[in-house]
Amino acid sequence: MKRHLISAADLTRDDAVLILDTAEEMARVADRPIKKLPTLRGRTVVNLFFEDSTRTRISFEAAAKRLSADVINFSAKGSSVSKGESLKDTALTLEAMGADAVVIRHHDSGAPHRLATSGWIGGSVVNAGDGTHEHPTQALLDAFTMRRHLAGAPDGGPTRHGEPGDSSGRDLAGRRITVVGDILHSRVARSNVHLLTTLGAEVTLVAPPTLVPVGAGNWPCEISYDLDAVLPKSDAVMMLRVQRERMNAAFFPTEREYARRYGLDADRMARMPGHAIVMHPGPMNRGMEITAEVADSERCTAVEQVANGVSIRMAVLYLLLGGNEPAVGAPIARTEESK
Amino acid sequence: MDSISSPHAAPARSVLEGPDIARVLTRIAHEIVERAKGADDVVLLGIPTRGVFLARRLAAKLDAITGRSTQVGSLDITMYRDDLRLRPARTLGRTEIPADGVDGRLVVLVDDVLFSGRTIRAALDALGDIGRPRAVQLAVLVDRGHRELPIRADYVGKNLPTSLRETVRVQLDEEDGRDSVLLGVRETPAPGE
Repeated sequence: MKRHLISAADLTRDDAVLILDTAEEMARVADRPIKKLPTLRGRTVVNLFFEDSTRTRISFEAAAKRLSADVINFSAKGSSVSKGESLKDTALTLEAMGADAVVIRHHDSGAPHRLATSGWIGGSVVNAGDGTHEHPTQALLDAFTMRRHLAGAPDGGPTRHGEPGDSSGRDLAGRRITVVGDILHSRVARSNVHLLTTLGAEVTLVAPPTLVPVGAGNWPCEISYDLDAVLPKSDAVMMLRVQRERMNAAFFPTEREYARRYGLDADRMARMPGHAIVMHPGPMNRGMEITAEVADSERCTAVEQVANGVSIRMAVLYLLLGGNEPAVGAPIARTEESK
Repeated sequence: MDSISSPHAAPARSVLEGPDIARVLTRIAHEIVERAKGADDVVLLGIPTRGVFLARRLAAKLDAITGRSTQVGSLDITMYRDDLRLRPARTLGRTEIPADGVDGRLVVLVDDVLFSGRTIRAALDALGDIGRPRAVQLAVLVDRGHRELPIRADYVGKNLPTSLRETVRVQLDEEDGRDSVLLGVRETPAPGE
């Protein structure tokens, strides 16, 4: 595996399966009385968040703590960044504090790549979402959830809403995944297209034409504007949140019209194959892209995805930091926490 | 742990063959029953990879002796190793603890080769995070000596005095397609794992 995790497109099929298999073992730790492993003792993980994201940050924090790493949370609000500090100076500060890994969430696409390739820091960089570019750990946890449900039965087939099963070593070959909603602003969709295709799945994006990015025609996936036509041949349907905070232009006439054409309600869910699951990366807008009835049904894996997120992030941190990567400098002062 | 640095160093000599391994495991099973006075509360935990197969074979033999079904599982020690930082991140093995857990029971750890003792040290740490057994014992197919920690085995299939220049490699049918213990010579002496 590479030193950094910047883009889901950097992962080969074997890399991705290794991460998913490792996460499968990590998930078992959550069932134990002592949910902690000594593996990353003495390593420091910095959560560098320039954009608000409570769930991704606490997921990374829980993952690092379960592996016994020291966690420093750095959020741009109320920090030196709001006083005008550049990314470079922030990075140099973290390097001086001896960060072994930096988990970065940034509002600009490409910031994690810049951080990883600039030479400012010696540790591993994990992209926790950059602008409208990528969010690789979200794609990995989505693939993990799909694999457990769609390839978790003993014969490698779908579990049909039974307990998610052990699918170690398997990929998603031939599974048909539909991603619905705001593709234009979604780094989750972008990362999922890359990763799911690498794992052998066939991806279809469904969105109003105004919410499909320019160039999406070159992505390794199908694009459709008609949700009802795609639903009956989907093994998993992933509903994306309509990102109101990024809707500075009029992408669709009214929210009601969007909900009617692209929202998932019970009628539409009934048209999906019997084994198919409904996914949502959260946070959900109930009544907008998904109705409460669907969100609360046993076919919706939104809560499970959150639990799987911790396992995936444990696997990523273990594979990046667990071996003989050179520890960054001497393990010095770990005092200044900016919680 | 099987430790072989260069498989083509010198022709390896077989010191145990399939029937020997079967006899040795039968003896260990009887010893476990004898020492545990019936083996009612025994849980066998194999250390991946080959310890797991040995634990399953031992469980089958215990079943035959006691007429009851023996609890058997696996305990991966990768994330408790003391040499994690010396090599790239290792692939994890499977930990499978029987549903009744290990609290208050007699846990017998099963591994193929006992060498430095560091694997067993890690296993004891891993076990401590899972529960609190009544007692922990250790069964190994081969004890090759050169301990680096104060650890010894309770049940030994074969004591194999070796030099550090030698390699001991266990092959089991489930993983390697044949049963044998091979003694070889490595080109450069290496300290214990």
